Amino acid sequence: MNFAVLQFPASNCDQDALHAVKGVLGQSARFVWHKENSLAGFDAVIIPGGFSYGDYLRTGAIARYSPIMQAVRDFAAQGGPVLGICNGFQILCEAGMLPGALVRNRSLQFRCEHVFLKTAAPDTPFTGKIAAGKILRIPIAHGEGCYFADEAALENLQNNGQILWQYCDAQGELTERANPNGSLRNIAGVCNAARNVAGLMPHPERASEAILGSADGLLIFQSLLAWFENRMAKAA
Amino acid sequence: MKAKIIVTPKQAVVDPQGKSVQNALQYMGYKDVGAVHVGKYLEIELPGADKEAWRRQIDDACLKILSNPVIEDYRFEIE
Amino acid sequence: MSDPQITPELVEKHNLTKDEYAKILSILGREPTYTELGVFSVMWSEHCSYKNTRPLLKTLPTKSPRILVGAGEENAGIVDIGGGLAIAFKIESHNHPSAVEPFQGAATGVGGIIRDIFTMGARPVCSVDSLRFGPIGPEEAGPGPANNRRLFAGVVSGIAHYGNCFGIPTIAGEVYFDKSYEGNPLVNAFCLGVLRHEQIARGAAKGAGNPVFYVGPPTGRDGLAGAAFASRDLTEESSGQQRGAVQVGDPFMEKLVCEACLELLATDAVAGIQDMGAAGLTCSTCETAARAGTGIEIELALVPQRVPGMTPYEIMLSESQERMLIIVRAGREAEVKRIFDKWDLPSARIGQVTDTGRMIVKHNGRVVADIPAKKLADEAPVYHREAREPSYLQAVRAFSVLPPAGDPVQELRRLLAWPTIASKNWVYRQYDHMVRDGSALCPGSDAAVIRIKADSLPETGDAAVGEKYLALSVDCNGTYVYLDPYEGAKIAVAEAARNLACSGATPLGATDNLNFANPHNPELFWQLQESVRGLADACRALDAPITGGNCSLYNQSPNGPIDPTPTVALVGLIEKPEHITTQWFKDEGDAIILLGEPMDLADPLRGMGGSAWLQCLHGLKTGTPPRCDLEGERRLHTTLRGLIYCGLIRSAHDCSEGGLAVALAESCISRQIARDTPRLIGAQVDLTFALAKDTRIDALLFGESQGRIVISVAPADVVKVVERSKIMGVSAVRIGTVGGVELAVKLGAVEAKWPVSDLHDLWWNAIARAMSA
Repeated sequence: MNFAVLQFPASNCDQDALHAVKGVLGQSARFVWHKENSLAGFDAVIIPGGFSYGDYLRTGAIARYSPIMQAVRDFAAQGGPVLGICNGFQILCEAGMLPGALVRNRSLQFRCEHVFLKTAAPDTPFTGKIAAGKILRIPIAHGEGCYFADEAALENLQNNGQILWQYCDAQGELTERANPNGSLRNIAGVCNAARNVAGLMPHPERASEAILGSADGLLIFQSLLAWFENRMAKAA
Repeated sequence: MKAKIIVTPKQAVVDPQGKSVQNALQYMGYKDVGAVHVGKYLEIELPGADKEAWRRQIDDACLKILSNPVIEDYRFEIE
Repeated sequence: MSDPQITPELVEKHNLTKDEYAKILSILGREPTYTELGVFSVMWSEHCSYKNTRPLLKTLPTKSPRILVGAGEENAGIVDIGGGLAIAFKIESHNHPSAVEPFQGAATGVGGIIRDIFTMGARPVCSVDSLRFGPIGPEEAGPGPANNRRLFAGVVSGIAHYGNCFGIPTIAGEVYFDKSYEGNPLVNAFCLGVLRHEQIARGAAKGAGNPVFYVGPPTGRDGLAGAAFASRDLTEESSGQQRGAVQVGDPFMEKLVCEACLELLATDAVAGIQDMGAAGLTCSTCETAARAGTGIEIELALVPQRVPGMTPYEIMLSESQERMLIIVRAGREAEVKRIFDKWDLPSARIGQVTDTGRMIVKHNGRVVADIPAKKLADEAPVYHREAREPSYLQAVRAFSVLPPAGDPVQELRRLLAWPTIASKNWVYRQYDHMVRDGSALCPGSDAAVIRIKADSLPETGDAAVGEKYLALSVDCNGTYVYLDPYEGAKIAVAEAARNLACSGATPLGATDNLNFANPHNPELFWQLQESVRGLADACRALDAPITGGNCSLYNQSPNGPIDPTPTVALVGLIEKPEHITTQWFKDEGDAIILLGEPMDLADPLRGMGGSAWLQCLHGLKTGTPPRCDLEGERRLHTTLRGLIYCGLIRSAHDCSEGGLAVALAESCISRQIARDTPRLIGAQVDLTFALAKDTRIDALLFGESQGRIVISVAPADVVKVVERSKIMGVSAVRIGTVGGVELAVKLGAVEAKWPVSDLHDLWWNAIARAMSA
C-alpha cells in the first residue's frame, strides 16, 4: 500500500506518521509537499499533526487553502481513504471534509497524556481490525481538541455511525473525567458520510511500537491495510 | 481605508476562555459582570476608495477563511 | 539623524567601566562611534564574554575521547555516540527576560537554544527545562505567591507554546520553589540534537569573497541589548522600564528556518553558519570572522527591516528572533535562494567575507563600525574577582540541634504535597513530550529516555541507523549549594548521574548553567568559585566532561540574591532497549533492596541539614547539607548498571529530596497508565536493622544522605543481587516486599502506614491545587 503523508509548513508529526506506516508496517510511503497538486499513485492519504502555519488565525484555517488540498478533495471524492491526525483532523474540519470543528480545550491548557478510546463504528477503513470491545490506549497532544458540532449535526453523526472514537475510562465508560478536552459526546474522532475520510485528535502513530509504551494505534493503520487488500482482492 | 473585523464565538459554542475571564473579573471585585465572550479583532488595510467592492470581498473572505461559520460569527465595517 | 556624543555618562549607561573604555580606545586607536560603543557593550557583557567567569570555567574537565567539538569552540559541544552518529547539546538561561515577561521570556529561551543546536548542523530532537520560582502556596498568603504562580504559569505555557509548535518533545526537567527565587525566577532551557560526524557545521566565516546571507524574519527593535540587560541586577524598575527589551518568539518561523537550514547544509553550499542570538547581528558577524581569522563586511541597508527608520545602532543590537547568518560558498547563491523560497523565508545577501581581519559595518555606504574582529570577540577583559567565605555559613555550620520529631505519617503526607517534591504532571502535561516518536521513557521517572532513529538525523532519508537510547536528567538542589557550595555542586552532578544510572545509562557528557548573583560581591563570588570546584571534581569523578554551558550572573532581586544554582544536565547512553529501567515497583512479591548505606553516620545531622524536612515542616533553611562521596557514588552507579545489564533489576529509584520515605512512596505511586489512571502498588518495608543507637526515626525516613538507591528485584534474584553488590563494595540490604494497597514501614516498635491512593492524591494533585488557589 502506498501512503502519501502531507507536509505543510510546520507540520511536525509528518516524520512520525511516515515512520509508523513505512518503518513499522513496511508499506511504501512518501512526503507530499503542500505546494504539490497531485496525489496520483497513492492508495491513502495521511494529514499528520503539527501546527501548520503556526495555528495562526485558527488551527488548520490556512492550510486548507494549500494547493494540495484540491487534490485531497478529488482523491476522497473517488473513494480514496484520507486520515487526519490532530492538526490533520482540524484541517479536514476547516476544509468542510469532516463535520464539526475543534475548539480550545475546556482546561484552556495544552494536554499531552495517554487516553483510552472506545471504537464506536467497526465498519470503516480505519476501524475494521479493531476487535469489538477493545479499549485503545493512545496519547493526545493538543490545545484545541474540543470537538464541537450543533445538536442536529451530532444527532446525525450518531445515527449514521460517523462517530468513530470516543474518550472513555479504562473500563470503556464514556465518563466526564475521561474526557480530556470537553469534546461533546466525548468525541475523539469522526468520519464523513461516505466513511472514507476520518479524523481524530489522538495520535495513533505515537502508539505504534511497544518501546513507546503502546502499540494500539497500529490497529488503525492495519485496518487501512486490510481494507485496501480486501479492495484489491475484490478488484482482481 | 481599513476593514475592521470582529470575530466572536457562536452562542452555542463553549467558551472556556470567556468563562475564565468572567471568573477573574468577578474574583477581582467586578461582581456584577455577566457572560464574557472572547473573540478576535482584525484590521486589514485596503487601497483605493471602492467601499462596496471591498465590502463584497471582505464578506467573502470572512466566510471562507477569517472565520469558521461552524463555531464563529463575524461582523465588520469599512472606513 | 546624528549619533549621540560619546560622554562618560553614555559609556557608563552601556555598562562599560573606565578601564574597559580605555581598552576600547587602545584597540581602535580613536574614539568609538555610537554604534561601536553599542557593539563593544554587548560583546563585553558577561553574557557574551564570560569576563567574570572565564578563569573558573577553565578548571572544568572538558576532554574525553568522545568529544568531537569541545566547550567554548562553537555554539554547542558535540559528543560521539557511536555508529558514526553524534549529539549536540547545551543548556542556556533566560532568567531576566522571564522575570519581566514570563511567557515570551521562556518561549524565546527555548527558541534560542534550539537555534544553537541546529546551527551545529544537528536536528533538534528533545528539550529539557530546569525552572525555579518563589513559593506558590497554597499556605503562604500575600502578593508573593500570587505573583510566583503567575510567573510559573507564564513560563510553563511559554515553553509549551514554543516547543509544542516547533515539534520538539520537552521530555524532562525539574522545578524547585524557594523564597530566594521570588522576583528572579530561573529558566534554564536545554536542547539536544542528532547528526552524523561529517555533518558538523561551523560558525566560521571562511573564504574571503564568500557572500554573507541574512536569513529569517526582518529585524525590528525587539530585545534591544538583551545581552547587556541579562548582565545587570534586576531592580524595581526593571519590570516596567525594560519591558521593551523582551523579544517575541515565533516558533512557526523557527521550524521553517530550521528545516530550511538543515536542507541547505545538506547541499555543501555553506561555508559557515551562526544564529543571531544574544547581541544579534553584532555577535554573529564578529564571532564568525574571529573563528575563521578572517574579516567581514556588511551593509545594513541590505538587512531586511520590519520598521522604517532604524539606526545602525539599533540594527546591530536588535535581538529579533529566528534569524541566522549564513556564509555561502561563492557561486552557490542560487541554491540558497531556491531553498529559502521553498520555505517562503526571506533571505538577503548583506555582505561578504574579507581577509582584513576587520568587522566593517556600513550604512548606506558610510562606515559606522570598523573593529578588529578578533580583538572584539576574543579579547574581552577578564576579571579575577575577589572571593570571601560568606559570614552566614558560620550559623549554618553551628546548627546542630534538630527540631523535635513529629508524626511520621503526617510528615510524609506533607512532604509529598510540598510543590518541590510533588509530581510535576501539571507542568509536563502541558508540554508535548511525545512528538517525534522517540519518547521511550516519558517524564515521571528518574531520567527521561529518548530513542534515536533514522529520522532523528538532519536529512529525512531512509538510511538504516542502529537505534540508540539517550537518558537525560537535569538537577541542582540550590539549598545545598547555598549551605555548602562545594558539596552542593558535587551533589548536583552526582544526583544527575545517579538518575542516569537508575534508568540504565552511562554518562556521555554534561552541560552546566551557572545561575549566580552579583560577582562583584566577594561572598557571592565565593559561592561561584566553590561551586565550580565542586562541579569540576564531580564531573571528573563520574566521567561526565562538560561540553559547554552558560553563565547567568546578577540573579538577584530587591529581596536579595538567589540561592547559588549551578544547574547540571547530564546525557547518558543506553545501548539496548531492554536496559531502560523505570523507578516504579512492578509486581506483587518483588523484593525491595536498598543499595548504598542506609544513612551517613559520619554526618552529625544524619542527612537532615538543608533537607526538605527542615524546610517544609519547620521553615528552616540551615544546617550543613549531606556530604557527597564521589568514589562511593561511582561504585554505586557502576554496580547498579551492572545489575541492570544482567537483567536483575525491576525498578530503580534514587533517594533525593525527602529521603528514603519519599523514594519508597514514589516507587509505589508514580506509574501513570493514562489520564486519571495511575497504577498504584503498596510495599511492606522494615528498616529496623538501620536503627543505630542514637538514630532518630525521622532521620532514617526523611534524611537526605547521598548515594542511596531503592531497587526492586524478582524474589529469586535477591541473593544474587545482594552478593554481587557486596563484591563491588556496595551495601545492599533487603528492606521489604512489593504488594498490597498500603505503604507500611516498620522501625523497631514503630510502624507507619499510608494508603497508597491517599499518597498518590496528595503527590499528584498538589501543584494543580496550589495553582487553582
